Amino acid sequence: MAEATAPKPSSSVKLVLLGEAAVGKSSLVLRFVNNDFQENKEPTIGAAFLTQKCNLPTRTIKFEIWDTAGQERFASLAPMYYRNAQSALVVYDLTKPTSLIKARHWVAELQRQASPGIVIALVGNKLDLTNDPSTSSNALGEDGDGEAADGEDADGDARKVSTAEAKSYAEEEGLLFFETSAKLGTNVTEVFTAIANAIPETSLKGARGPGATSGSTGRTEDQSRVNLTGPRDNASKEGCAC
Amino acid sequence: MGTSPDFSSASTHFHDRVYAADDTTPTVQATSKNGTSDSMTGNRGKDASKRAGDTRPATSSSAGTTGDHDEEEEQRPPLPPRPSLLQADLPSAPSASTMRPALQAKPTTAISSVDIQTLSFPDGTRGTFSTPASRTVSEAVSISAISGGQSTPSRKGRNGSDIDDATSLMSYAPTLRANGDLASLLDEGLSSQSPAWKLLSTQAETVNPFEKVDYEDLSLVDFDHEFDEIEAVDQKGGNEEELLLQWKSKLKHYLILSSAGKPIYSRHGDQNLINGYIGIIQTIISFFQGSKDPLMGFTAGKTRFVVSTDGPLYFVAISRIGESDAQLRSQLEALYMQILSTLTLPTLTHLFTNRPNTDLRRPLEGTETLLSSLADTFTKGSPSALLSALECLKIRKSQRHVINNTLLKARTEKLLYGLIVAGGRLVSVVRPKRHSLHPSDLQLIFNMLFEAGSVKAGGGENWIPVCLPGFNNRGYLYMYVSFLSAFDDGGDLDERPSTAHSTSREDEIAILLISADKESFFELKQMRDDLVKQLEKNGSMEIIKTAVRQGRPSATDIVPGTQLKHFLYKSRANVQFTMPSFSPHFSNLLARRRLMTLYHNLHASTHAKHSHLKVLHCVSRDSISLAWTTPVFEFYCVAGPNASRAGLAQGANKVIQWVKREEERVFIIGGAVF
Repeated sequence: MAEATAPKPSSSVKLVLLGEAAVGKSSLVLRFVNNDFQENKEPTIGAAFLTQKCNLPTRTIKFEIWDTAGQERFASLAPMYYRNAQSALVVYDLTKPTSLIKARHWVAELQRQASPGIVIALVGNKLDLTNDPSTSSNALGEDGDGEAADGEDADGDARKVSTAEAKSYAEEEGLLFFETSAKLGTNVTEVFTAIANAIPETSLKGARGPGATSGSTGRTEDQSRVNLTGPRDNASKEGCAC
Repeated sequence: MGTSPDFSSASTHFHDRVYAADDTTPTVQATSKNGTSDSMTGNRGKDASKRAGDTRPATSSSAGTTGDHDEEEEQRPPLPPRPSLLQADLPSAPSASTMRPALQAKPTTAISSVDIQTLSFPDGTRGTFSTPASRTVSEAVSISAISGGQSTPSRKGRNGSDIDDATSLMSYAPTLRANGDLASLLDEGLSSQSPAWKLLSTQAETVNPFEKVDYEDLSLVDFDHEFDEIEAVDQKGGNEEELLLQWKSKLKHYLILSSAGKPIYSRHGDQNLINGYIGIIQTIISFFQGSKDPLMGFTAGKTRFVVSTDGPLYFVAISRIGESDAQLRSQLEALYMQILSTLTLPTLTHLFTNRPNTDLRRPLEGTETLLSSLADTFTKGSPSALLSALECLKIRKSQRHVINNTLLKARTEKLLYGLIVAGGRLVSVVRPKRHSLHPSDLQLIFNMLFEAGSVKAGGGENWIPVCLPGFNNRGYLYMYVSFLSAFDDGGDLDERPSTAHSTSREDEIAILLISADKESFFELKQMRDDLVKQLEKNGSMEIIKTAVRQGRPSATDIVPGTQLKHFLYKSRANVQFTMPSFSPHFSNLLARRRLMTLYHNLHASTHAKHSHLKVLHCVSRDSISLAWTTPVFEFYCVAGPNASRAGLAQGANKVIQWVKREEERVFIIGGAVF
């Protein structure tokens, strides 16, 4: 996808992936960058830095991707990676409700501390473990991997987070929203393309310039909605500290 | 001096013995001594050869395995000096004193007798040679002086030395060069052996160590399944019994728990499976802890438990593969270092001071793979871990010099350590004058990068906070890592190694740049780009890739025609080691484990407290081996069971000479310092 880009303007976009451990951040990146997938991938240590070009009709975006480790102990390093980032991918595992709570924490932290214009995409991964019609219906089965298949389930649908729930949250917060499968490649490129499209032209001047711009995409909708997620956030905090 | 390998005596086949001479140079005197003894016993030698000629028809068909009992009353043919263990059965031994002048070494004084579990053949009748080892060997030496032409009326009980002679001489049998050798094949000693031994004895020296599967040796029988995962206990616990069986069949376990009894890590089995055992272990350890007499280890059956306590953590190693306590302890220490490397000491202490019943699994989340790969490295057997030393990529001194200078030139301000590692072997290091790199730290790094695969698998470049406990256990350093494959020639420098055909650790080239500044990623990335560009330009990258692709030389590449099948040479001053390739003889997991077990035994014997060993010979049914330590080096080598000890010692010397000659190629001496 990176060929023949000569005439088009090219710019770098810094992107950071955040989310709970084992939701599939590295797998999403691996699918996007190498179009590859590894079962039972070992946890990322620290962070990995990768680049990949994304061709849009009018320009080429070169993503500089920080794929961070999801474990608690690396959380304090996160600001180093999302500082100056123009975009963020906050990933949760749609078979694991707590991972969405963690994702909400990340979104809140980004909105509080990252560059004001940051484009955030909320991504529910492991769509292959559900029996949504959108994925090839036999996608699950084979080696439904450890933590995901956990404790579930007769008909093979391990989904625990409904699309509606996550989507309405994403709309509230003005986030891009996708459900993906890194394993099958479902929606993966779409996420990155959508981010590339959502990056305002004005923030694309310098390769690593902070995305200081006016109101960013979709941010304005539904600001007034009541945040129903507060209590659950607290609950999750207790859960984390155990 | 220098004859000890020849003199170290034969072992019985049913009970492995290791003995050692307090001798520093195992130079090979076999030929000259043979000459001497032959000349002294010239007549007998001729007799023997005549007889051997007579009996040849019989032996040629049966290859000497059907010893004729008549032969045992005959005179012995001339033999190279061989010791015998069983002086009690050798009334003529005292007369050996007259032959003493022929010896070049004094009778040995230091001795150690080691029962090698995995190589032992417990046989009720033969396994009882528990005579004090020192007596045995000093006798053995005197006997060896006369063994050349000794005609012993009573052969009973001499099978130990006879067999050994026969096996080492066997190597010449096919050539029919020495008639006397054939006669010796018919010796009663042979015929009295087990069928398995006879079978083995018919082989020439081409028998490789551990080639025969030893059915009596059950200790490694399940080794192929050692690394199989045990699945999780299902919700109803229905499969628990079966899983427990699997769990118990593992030869090696590592358990880490907090002093409060919380499980932290277990190599095998999930929490539900092991919780009960964790409780028991915690109770046992705490009991001794309470009485101010900490438990160090205990044995149950053939299983050794070693306990090590580090602050709030208990470490337990459970082994059935016959490692020494010290070795197990150093493995546990490495696991502790891995935990420190993840958390740092202050954090660890803080966690447990605040809450003694902290569950450490959460802070350590994601590092189970590092602990497990470390544990599996030990279980598979790692020369690097055994010797606490590093292996370097062998390249020319001038080439290394160029690489060092390139590293120094590319160095940026924030750099603390810079390393180029290829195929798990060190190519070059750049470091500040005041700091050297601790081998245990490098072990952790290498484990993370090359064994655990978490870093490599992701592709791209990595920025990893890591505490190097040997350097400073109080804080993190930040490590920039990028991999290049030795097999993608030229090409775009920005190209990351494709994960699709993920290459093995043997052909990965890693560039590690370590800084104390967590913000220095892009600076180090720039340095890496410059460095790689320079290395490509001055041809060093190609040299590294070529060296990696070549792999390690085999033992016969190093010493042509040697009987040595494998060796380890550790340079003490450089804390580095070198070895030949594991293939072809030890490429599979089990063969390699048996080799490593042998090395572990040799290492344990030479490093036992109060042993002061210099040279140690070990003869067993499936291999012969030699350990040799001096202030300069430690050396371990192994050859097939039928190889002659002279050949072994000769090979050892050749290797030592080779290392001396190649020292600046196989080791990094000094490195690049700024």
